[in-house]
Amino acid sequence: MKKAFRLEDLDCANCAAKMEAAIAKLPGVHKVTVSFMAQKMILEAEDDRFDEILTAAEKEIRRVEPDCRLLRK
Amino acid sequence: MKKKHKRLLIRILAAAALFGAVYAADRLLSLPAYLRVACYLVPYCVAGYDVLWRCLRNILHGQIFDECFLMTVATVGALIIGEYPESVFVMVFYQTGELFQGLAVEKSRRSISGLMALCPDTAIRLQADGTEEEILPEEAEPGDLILLRPGDKVPVDGVVEDGRGAVDTAALTGESAPRDISPGDALISGSVNLTGVIKMRATAGFEGSAVAKILSLVEDAQNRKAKSEAFITRFARVYTPCVMGAAALLALIPSLITKNPADWCYRALIFLVVSCPCALVISVPLAFFGGIGGASAQGILIKGGNYLEALSTVSAAVFDKTGTLTNGSFSVSRVLPAPGVAEDELLRTAAAAEQLSTHPIAKALAAAANGALPAAENVQEKAGAGVEATVEGKRVLAGNARLLRENGVPFTPEEAEATVVYVAADQAYLGAVILRDLPKANAGQSLAALKRLGVKKLVMLTGDRENAAKPVAGELGIDEYRAGLLPQEKAAEMKKLSEARGKNETLCFVGDGVNDAPVLTLADVGVAMGALGSDAAIEAADVVLVDDDLSRLPLAIAIAKKTRRIVRENVIFALGVKFAVLILAAFGLTNMWLGVMADVGVAILAILNSMRMLRRRKEKTGSR
Repeated sequence: MKKAFRLEDLDCANCAAKMEAAIAKLPGVHKVTVSFMAQKMILEAEDDRFDEILTAAEKEIRRVEPDCRLLRK
Repeated sequence: MKKKHKRLLIRILAAAALFGAVYAADRLLSLPAYLRVACYLVPYCVAGYDVLWRCLRNILHGQIFDECFLMTVATVGALIIGEYPESVFVMVFYQTGELFQGLAVEKSRRSISGLMALCPDTAIRLQADGTEEEILPEEAEPGDLILLRPGDKVPVDGVVEDGRGAVDTAALTGESAPRDISPGDALISGSVNLTGVIKMRATAGFEGSAVAKILSLVEDAQNRKAKSEAFITRFARVYTPCVMGAAALLALIPSLITKNPADWCYRALIFLVVSCPCALVISVPLAFFGGIGGASAQGILIKGGNYLEALSTVSAAVFDKTGTLTNGSFSVSRVLPAPGVAEDELLRTAAAAEQLSTHPIAKALAAAANGALPAAENVQEKAGAGVEATVEGKRVLAGNARLLRENGVPFTPEEAEATVVYVAADQAYLGAVILRDLPKANAGQSLAALKRLGVKKLVMLTGDRENAAKPVAGELGIDEYRAGLLPQEKAAEMKKLSEARGKNETLCFVGDGVNDAPVLTLADVGVAMGALGSDAAIEAADVVLVDDDLSRLPLAIAIAKKTRRIVRENVIFALGVKFAVLILAAFGLTNMWLGVMADVGVAILAILNSMRMLRRRKEKTGSR
């Protein structure tokens, strides 16, 4: 499954790159792009564990940039 | 300006004013040491309290090497060795850079979403009983009848059912001239109804409409990063720790030897300021983002930064013929009347005899013989040969050589480079009309523009016969062509061309995207023209031109080249300045003021440079 999420208050380009690298390492993630320019994350991950993976990704995001919030649609 | 940015601006201004006052007081009065520290700490904290706080929090989260950390160590270090003004200045200037970066990103995002403001908020659906119902565009379904008032945006793709007027498709195609519409014409979502009340029948739901496709295309473009973007991210990952390591060595080793630690620590702190990676990391994607956004405003949809990059190095362009270089329909190219017959008469007679036929030849004849045609009676279609009809009392034959030969009419056979219609009336030969698929009006110009942009080889691949391909290739200045190709042979030709290209050159294929999906995927950049209607084409292509105007192709390449130039300028400039300052700092030839200038100043210049891509003006495709 592939889904896009908006990231609020993603303030630094290097942080986006770090988040991307960290989330890509999570088990079950096929592909992830964190775009600083679009303030978006496009996450491709295993269908049946998607929510679980998303929560883990959210944690990584907060670890890199505590002010950044992921908006679930 | 967002609230967040406004607050930061106020803080920077306040800190700068305080800093100025403290600096002046420090210079004029000889303050005791403790008072100096206390005074400088005020603007320092005003400017940088959040940096300190974030640094602390990030360390607790295990994120050590970020820019907050670098800035904190550099400024706190400067405070410790007694360089108070430097410390405050670095912090204020760093925050200015942050503000600037935030504003730039905000602005470029807004201008792109402005371009992308294609979609109306609501639409009016007409119920079966004639009442109006307000719906969201997402709720529209194929078959719905939708009312468009003047000024309304078309919410979903559809067909005009009732009403006449004009639509502005500028947001989709960059074409500023309004297009006239009448019942039966297709409407693309995102265009604006200018005049008149129009009722349209939706042919697609929101998801299947042009607007939704364009939006998802441009948003997904972020998913495919250009090589230079990936490179710079990787580079930053190595660069920062390396410079920090160098800073540590610079602070430790000479201090032990020379016993002058303050000086060497100061040099190391400059290293820390310069080691900040953000200027590099932001400048490249910002340029690509701007390039893709700027292109989409011109009706050129590029599916990723990598394709924009590939477009900038196109050395050979391969074209499909029919519908790409040519109009894809017959038109009269030459009229050859028999001696004593007027051109007009010949055309009019031929068109009149053919007027009931639906064959493309008949349409082309009617278009050429403008004006009212005399009626045709007793029309007989002779399959594969032509027609026979009575026009103004005469028995007219219009068709190929066989038709005239079978009817015993003497005629002069023409050298057939294309389709020839011979015409006779009452057994007397009137002449011949030659029809062919003519090149598009701006095709020659567009191809010449490609050559000026550095495309060395233009190739045409076609399934048509040699005699149809040759004149088109000749007129347009095509370097090589292959005629009579079956689809799989096109793919084979494409493979050959792609093997023949140089190492840093790319090959692009341009087609309508419908029949040439396999060839599109073989090219480094597959361009589909006028392909918004076809999902398969959008899927297969890397670049989609919203209509079949060939002049968008040189425009796309010009935008790609400009983007690449900006990226290169940014990277070389940023790295050059940083290394220069690092070397100067290592030898103790510079101070922290210059160090922070090299970091933040360079970032600001790179951002400004990248934002040039967003200026909305027609790109020049010429070389001068």
